[in-house]
Amino acid sequence: MRGGDTQQVDAVAQITPTVLIVILIAVSQIPLQIPNAGPVFPDIILIAVYYWAVYRPDLLPFWIVFLIGLLQDLLSGDALGVSSLVFLAVYGAVVAQRRFFISRSFMMVWAGFIVVAGGVVILSWALHGLILGRAVHMGPAVFQYLTSIAAYPLLAWLFTQTQRLVLK
Amino acid sequence: MKKRPSSVLRLSSPFGAWGQRFAFIFLIAVAFALMLLSRADSDFAERARTSVSDFFSPVLSLFASPVESVGDVIQEVRDMAGLRAENVALRAENQRLLAWQARAQQLEAENAALRELNNFAANPGVSQITARVIADGSNAFVRSLLVQAGTHDGVVKGQAAVTGRGLVGRVTAVGERASRVLLVTDINSRIPVQLQRSRERAVMAGDNSSYPTLVYLSPESDIKVGDHVVTSGHGGVFPKGLPVGVVISAKDGQIRIRPNFDWSRIEYLRLIDYELPGILGRPIEAKPEAGR
Repeated sequence: MRGGDTQQVDAVAQITPTVLIVILIAVSQIPLQIPNAGPVFPDIILIAVYYWAVYRPDLLPFWIVFLIGLLQDLLSGDALGVSSLVFLAVYGAVVAQRRFFISRSFMMVWAGFIVVAGGVVILSWALHGLILGRAVHMGPAVFQYLTSIAAYPLLAWLFTQTQRLVLK
Repeated sequence: MKKRPSSVLRLSSPFGAWGQRFAFIFLIAVAFALMLLSRADSDFAERARTSVSDFFSPVLSLFASPVESVGDVIQEVRDMAGLRAENVALRAENQRLLAWQARAQQLEAENAALRELNNFAANPGVSQITARVIADGSNAFVRSLLVQAGTHDGVVKGQAAVTGRGLVGRVTAVGERASRVLLVTDINSRIPVQLQRSRERAVMAGDNSSYPTLVYLSPESDIKVGDHVVTSGHGGVFPKGLPVGVVISAKDGQIRIRPNFDWSRIEYLRLIDYELPGILGRPIEAKPEAGR
């Protein structure tokens, strides 16, 4: 591939993670008609932001991460800015530790996610407590943390396939 | 593949330039400011939310459809399998209900006679809007649904959202085509309620768990597990007497309620509001196909 072709592929590559994440936001909003599915459904947006921050941060600029968080908050009815702040923190932490993540095995990146997502539970719990002015029940967040860890391999596999298919 | 080296170079230091680093910190500050701002001036946040929800409602509606169809098929198969058993149960229930009907007619007559004696003014009727649920915005810290009905369909902020079995939540934001329903389990939810047996009033408060608590009860209140809770109709547009839930635990001064609503039938919600009788006394549909 040379010249115009490469440029075209580049353009597709540039928007792939963003488009994918916007679709995932819509997916995460599907009413599942299962009791209390929302709070325990894996945080697929967090997984996506983490994945692209680890492997291809060049395709997911931080201002997009900010907008993704904002869209998420606007649609879910959460306090504005919370998700943006959390996602930017994840992105910043991962990019700052790039030397650790780059060329590590899948298991190491998964372990990294377990640590980062743990930080997210604490950060978002603290932010919601700050907004409401009182301590919030942490149970659902911890449960969601566990389902997110469990869902990570499947989503990571999906993203890897996407990466192979589109980004070559 | 010529581009690779340069992109790897860029990869190794996405924050290389000071400008980038500054922009990153600036966006974190903006996010933080938004957080504090949306808390202080929720009107601005609400307007932003409703316009984004309005804009995305067709997409969300599309995404919700396959899940609904799958749910319908599962429900149908389940219905077929349980047909005989259900028939028997329904016959028994029918017998029981007939007895109740006789009793209700008797009470109604008695009620009418007593009202006439007292010159009692009847409660205004309620109007209803049937709305399809198109998104579940719930996460670990928020419990809310998005329904496909808005100002167009007569939805007003504060209306009660119910399913056949009882209260689900309350309309907190209304857009043109979509509205947000805050579930009774959300940490911001406060519903004035009444205990059906003792007639005591309280407020049911969500606390981010599946079972909301009762607050503002008098210390000597008499509450037992199994007591039914209904809306009290105080301090808002909520009609009185909507079933809310059942007391499932009452110890150490903390009373927890299990909400009545049925998650598997949460495809459609009814939004109800006081309405003077005779103007819009009949149920109105949000969309023609919503009347299943």
